[in-house]
Amino acid sequence: MSVSTTNLPPQFEVVDRPLDTQMTISMGPQHPSTHGVLRLELVLDGEMIVKCTPDIGYLHTGMEKLFEYKKYQQGIVITDRMDYLNPLGNNLAYVMAVEKLLGLEIPERAQTIRVLMCEMQRIASHLVWLGTHALDIGAMTVFFYCFREREKILNMIEAASGGRLTPSYFRIGGLMMDLPAGFERRVKQFTDNFPAALDEFHTLLSGNRIFQNRTKGVGIISAEDAIDWGITGPSLRGSGVALDIRRSNPYSGYENYDFDIPIEHGCDVWARYMVRMREMAESLKIVKQAASRLAPGPVKADAPKVVLPDREAMKTHMDALIHHFLIVAEGFNVPAGEVYHAIEGSKGELGVYIRSEGGAKPSRVHVRGPSFVNLSALPHMVNGEMVADVVAIIGSIDIVLGEIDR
Amino acid sequence: MSIISDIVESTKSIIKGMSVTFSYIPKAKWTVQYPEEPVTLQPRYRGQHLLHVDELGREKCVACYLCAAACPSDCIYIVAADDPRAPEERTGVDERYAEVYNIDYGRCIFCGYCVEACPKDAITHGYNFELSVYNRADLLKTKDDLLITKQKQSPNYRVAFSDEDVDSEYKEV
Ligand code: SF4
Ligand code: SF4
Repeated sequence: MSVSTTNLPPQFEVVDRPLDTQMTISMGPQHPSTHGVLRLELVLDGEMIVKCTPDIGYLHTGMEKLFEYKKYQQGIVITDRMDYLNPLGNNLAYVMAVEKLLGLEIPERAQTIRVLMCEMQRIASHLVWLGTHALDIGAMTVFFYCFREREKILNMIEAASGGRLTPSYFRIGGLMMDLPAGFERRVKQFTDNFPAALDEFHTLLSGNRIFQNRTKGVGIISAEDAIDWGITGPSLRGSGVALDIRRSNPYSGYENYDFDIPIEHGCDVWARYMVRMREMAESLKIVKQAASRLAPGPVKADAPKVVLPDREAMKTHMDALIHHFLIVAEGFNVPAGEVYHAIEGSKGELGVYIRSEGGAKPSRVHVRGPSFVNLSALPHMVNGEMVADVVAIIGSIDIVLGEIDR
Repeated sequence: MSIISDIVESTKSIIKGMSVTFSYIPKAKWTVQYPEEPVTLQPRYRGQHLLHVDELGREKCVACYLCAAACPSDCIYIVAADDPRAPEERTGVDERYAEVYNIDYGRCIFCGYCVEACPKDAITHGYNFELSVYNRADLLKTKDDLLITKQKQSPNYRVAFSDEDVDSEYKEV
């Protein structure tokens, strides 16, 4: 039986040239090192990559559309599920965009807690990256140590919010609730012990010749190309461009913290690895500063029409109860307008665009996900590399498919 | 680089790496042998919901539908009814009560919005987290599964004191 090949899309074109040495293989969607469900269509010449076409969409859940059917406060839970390694960062980008539309003033304590939690989340996200990246390259032990450290952070996030992977801790106008008692002590315990763990990772990987040989000089992207492709975050800083939104457009009080922006000039997988490793140490510095600045105070903005009232007040005061009912049942009114707010997520510039036409639901929400944009430069990076290096390069751009497909 | 120095360098880095691994053998383990050992949950952990009752055993829920309105995944289904009996004999604290209260755990995302919304503290998150079933329809939990007087608590968890270290002390639930 012959199959008609005339109407097939170009990537399925049947090549019928016996002397042609090129071969098309499909890497994924079930390939373990694609960190989710990503399919790469690779055209190989021997072991060399001639062409790479990422095929995404396997995790598409229609999140951006879903926002339009949910009240503003209900949208927060959707953001948790985009980049599931950095849920607090997603929460922050979304709530800050809505707060910008509303013109809300966030109390000092809430801002400090947000910074504290986001930086811990960044460390947790980098730990997953480190573990899986090393695992892809063949170093298994690091993976377990990384997850042990991450577990400590997740326990703290669970203690504060009740959720581990989907905390929804930040709310429009502040936080879900204040930190539990004894939280500072736990943060201190973590910050005291983490540098030793980080040293261990360096001993296991940075000094390992196999790891160095697998990563140095692989997946090169020059600074100009990186900027042209729109790469952001650690992947861009690995090409020597010191762009960090925490520094260039500070939000939530980042301008008051003392930290460095690590950059490397190698432009390769190794450079991106080093940037993230050094970034964890910097995040730890911010966590320490934030923990030392926690002064008592309110964690919710003074906006009775937007922020749920205190539970005690709600049970005893009639007007608080009315506001509570209205916010929960009807939502709150957000003035018409458009807003874009970007934060430095663990993977790069994480921006949320919201268009409001008034009312309790947004008319459009768009997310600029760093993983998506960074992935688009993958074909450029893998061109001319070996097949085995593809997994190292994918690992080095640290993608999360939940955010790419949304 | 000559082959000799290559071998020497590689051996060095392997020894360095293995020394870290071996140093872990005598140390205390972080792994929890679940389900032989219970896992430790934080007090705010969001598990399967509990519907609460007052001292007389009457349900606190007054069927105000606020939790259903707050729910982002629309998984709460309530039918309100009136109970004209005397206050002591009623099912609920109020005349109005929820005759049917279902939560579809195929949809619930454990966000805690219902708990936050409830003005009567009638619903809270419990700690049961082992919710997998063989049949999708079993994910629909009714009042019989949710009431605090009827829900069976799993022996596989314990709850940490909030201000104590996560691994050192536990409280009975
Ligand atoms: S936890 Fe969230 S999703 Fe589940 S029933 Fe409550 S409001 Fe709905
Ligand atoms: S559980 Fe609470 S919020 Fe839900 S209907 Fe009952 S009283 Fe109202």
